[in-house]
Amino acid sequence: MKILVCVKQVPDLETTFKPNPEGTWFDETDLAFQLNDCDEYAVEEAVRLKEKLAGAPDITVLSIGPRRVVETIKRALAMGADRGVHIEDAEAYRKDPWQIASLIANFAREKKFDLIFTGMQSQDRGSGQVGVLAAELLGLACATTIVAFEFTGGLCRVRRELAGGVKGVVELKLPALLTCQSGLNVPRYPTLPNIMKARKKELLTVGAETLGKEGPAVVTEKFYPPARKGAGVVLEGEAAETADKLAGILREKIPGLRGL
Amino acid sequence: MKVLLVGEYREGQLLESCFELEAFADELKAERATLLVGSADACQKLRGKVYFADAADYLEYNPDLHKRLVLEAAARENADHIVFSHSAYGWDLAPRVAAALKAGQVSDIIAVRDGKFEVGCLNGKMRRLVAPATAKAVLTLQPGAFTLKNPGPPEPRIEKLDVEKTASPVNFLGYEPAEKKEVDLTKAAIIVGAGRGIGKQENLAVISALAEALHAEVGASRPVVDAGWLDHSRQVGSTGQVVSPKLYLACGISGATQHLTGMRKSGFIVAINKDKEAPISELADVLVIADLIPFAAALTARLKKP
Ligand SMILES: Cc1cc2nc3c(=O)[nH]c(=O)nc-3n(C[C@H](O)[C@H](O)[C@H](O)COP(=O)(O)OP(=O)(O)OC[C@H]3O[C@@H](n4cnc5c(N)ncnc54)[C@H](O)[C@@H]3O)c2cc1C
Repeated sequence: MKILVCVKQVPDLETTFKPNPEGTWFDETDLAFQLNDCDEYAVEEAVRLKEKLAGAPDITVLSIGPRRVVETIKRALAMGADRGVHIEDAEAYRKDPWQIASLIANFAREKKFDLIFTGMQSQDRGSGQVGVLAAELLGLACATTIVAFEFTGGLCRVRRELAGGVKGVVELKLPALLTCQSGLNVPRYPTLPNIMKARKKELLTVGAETLGKEGPAVVTEKFYPPARKGAGVVLEGEAAETADKLAGILREKIPGLRGL
Repeated sequence: MKVLLVGEYREGQLLESCFELEAFADELKAERATLLVGSADACQKLRGKVYFADAADYLEYNPDLHKRLVLEAAARENADHIVFSHSAYGWDLAPRVAAALKAGQVSDIIAVRDGKFEVGCLNGKMRRLVAPATAKAVLTLQPGAFTLKNPGPPEPRIEKLDVEKTASPVNFLGYEPAEKKEVDLTKAAIIVGAGRGIGKQENLAVISALAEALHAEVGASRPVVDAGWLDHSRQVGSTGQVVSPKLYLACGISGATQHLTGMRKSGFIVAINKDKEAPISELADVLVIADLIPFAAALTARLKKP
């Protein structure tokens, strides 16, 4: 069985974002980058399947982006993927979901993967399209937002998260693509020996320009912060003093509050 | 301009999001038709032209058949935009339609500005203004972003729609109900919400102590529940509970839209966060900029003082 996991590197969100000179995405200066959270569940699920099938599946992990995304590929390798593919593209941040999905599909088409895992969406752009578009381009069965996965008798049985805790149960034939939602599993933390081992794993670099030249289907015209009305009252300072002020406000605003 | 709205129907019910789609069409001043894979009864609640495909034939979830129904209705209408709610149904189906039409898709739209679409990004910290580069476009709307102002009486003109029923590689087996609840947060007067900002599981004790001092229930954002630190019945948000307590204390919660959906209607909102730009600050009546755990401990101590 051949498995592909598609991962994206996204910025740490606990920071202030400024527009880049084009004004269409963020400026990268001083940002820290990490593995997109839904994609971490995707990697973990692939590795668990490999373990369950006694190591038989072969896991390729793919990421599109500039040189820095190699770090994210290495993390997935340290979690247990077998080989990495870096689709090198310094312009990836300008590409829309259609272009990214086309690169993935063009890479994957001849490789005949049985199962592809992606995240359900990225934390930065959040369009939630790439996985499904890639499945359509490749003609694969596809289900999104999975929170449970079983593989038995050559079939995937998944639970899709709907709303209010209700789930939809779906069965898919291989080849299939599944988009993973957080909560699917608890991703492992790579151990030091596995991080060392990951360094020796195969890492293939492919130029994005060799995988077709699709134009964009949507265009970002502007990138900007939301109009801020700002918080009501802002409290800052030494903890006990601030706690005192907050208790005062609560007592005034919420009559009948017990414990004040 | 013509739009095709793709309504949503689940467990035998028309979902409210259908009316949000109508509101969006009104805002665009577009001529609209709706496709519903559902029941004839449910179609009676809609307005204008309705393409009706029976869920008894096409199931409530069958992406291949539903895609073909959407494509058929869109072709008959020659629709410029095909519009879905950004829900588990919409984000699953919309890209399939977009791929088939080679149309651009704009996801999770929160507003229309000069004919272009505003969407959130970076967990709600920033916005993008997006325009399709293709003649036809597929759009998904953020739940709750559009509301129908003057609905008028429902008066559907229903047309039955059918496509050839072929076998699908995706087989829908049914629904699994929500798990039994540990608490009913919707009844709580005060909720102390624990977010990823608590840092580690051990720190939950500090949050619980604060909740106890306030006679409050402990709620949580999704990552805290996904990590297995709290029961799912304590999750606040679009895939958890929608709550409206008198007081909501957001402790180390950034305020992603899916969380805000669940607690927006709280009477009074206090956010404790080290990041003054966290989107939760937009909703907060009081924002405390502090390191959460020491501050929560100080607040608990203050509340326990007679
Ligand atoms: C389909 C879908 C459904 C979803 N449903 C839900 C849902 O129902 N409910 C939900 O909550 N989420 C839901 N999410 C997830 C949501 O998008 C966010 O990822 C999530 O709400 C973030 O949780 P958080 O605010 O706790 O964590 P983060 O976004 O990581 O925020 C942590 C916050 O803590 C602050 N912080 C960190 N350390 C400290 C410190 N020492 N002191 C003070 N502050 C600190 C940070 O500044 C930050 O603002 C859903 C996502 C998807 C895609």
